[in-house]
Amino acid sequence: MSEIIIQIDGREIAADEGMTVLQAAQKAGISIPTLCYLETLEPYGACRLCSVEVEVRGRTNLVAACLYPVEKDLIVRTRTEKVDRIRKVILELLLAHAPEARGLQMQEYAEEYGADKNRYEKEPSFCIQCGLCVRYCAEIKKKNAICFVNKGPTREIQFIPEIASKECWNCTECFPLCPTEYLQGVFVLTKALAFPANPMGPTSAE
Amino acid sequence: MNNDKIEQILNEHQGQAGALIKVMMEIQEENKWLPREVLVQISEKLEVPLSRVLRIATFYKTFSLTPKGSYQINICTGTACQVRGAQQVLDKVQELTGIKPGETDPDSKFSLETVNCQGCCSLGPLVEIDGKAHGKTAPDEIADALKKI
Repeated sequence: MSEIIIQIDGREIAADEGMTVLQAAQKAGISIPTLCYLETLEPYGACRLCSVEVEVRGRTNLVAACLYPVEKDLIVRTRTEKVDRIRKVILELLLAHAPEARGLQMQEYAEEYGADKNRYEKEPSFCIQCGLCVRYCAEIKKKNAICFVNKGPTREIQFIPEIASKECWNCTECFPLCPTEYLQGVFVLTKALAFPANPMGPTSAE
Repeated sequence: MNNDKIEQILNEHQGQAGALIKVMMEIQEENKWLPREVLVQISEKLEVPLSRVLRIATFYKTFSLTPKGSYQINICTGTACQVRGAQQVLDKVQELTGIKPGETDPDSKFSLETVNCQGCCSLGPLVEIDGKAHGKTAPDEIADALKKI
């Protein structure tokens, strides 16, 4: 694999072809904040917290570092005023939905970027739509027991009772991924309302 | 529900994950809505995860997960139709059918929906009954059309 030299925050960094900007930065010890990124999953680009400024042939552009592939003579800036402002607003908007989110370092990021969780009117959906649970179930466990439904402002996660009632009891590996405890809440609610008979667990036949 | 027809559509596209939306549209057209069992059937026949079928079914407005009446009434409430009196037409239809936009009457005869601009503002207020457009409608006119059904 050929090596590509790119510049991140003024430092020359060697990256392999096919890497993303985020991977190259992490390899060089430069931290870029992320929420929806998990090494074992395909990059998703949902949270946009990893937005960075890239410069190619004199043109600058804002891109999601977790999706943008490295290329020759790429100049990346991870902490410009503009990038910081964008991250601050992203965090403020997400915190309006999940003000007390503990996971994924959200509070630490909020402090770092000076995000005020009371800036926007609260809309406590408790889900930041990072898609970690949905993608983990589909890509790693290959069970597809949880999915996104609806669109736009009403988009939400939903367990599929037919599958979840069989598969989720012994797994629950997605629970710790959730930055809030919303996922567990949805599971308990689905279990109570929509699981087929025998609410206490799988039958011996299964 | 016409099970044979649905079965036939599903068999035609067995194992073709790429035909998912086409299959869903054909069944929607045939059955007017997509019951849960049918979604499960689609997922099994086309070898697509149920999660993707559900995501797509809830994403597009074309697909309905609740029963629909045999006559779909769409009333345009775009700006031009609004100005030309769509509200009066809508009131009349609501009064006659007894349902509000987004609802279906108990006999499963009518489903009422308000829609945005249909692109023929000069014909406003526009009412679409089962795909047939009625232009420059007056409340009485639409009442006649509904009574004929």
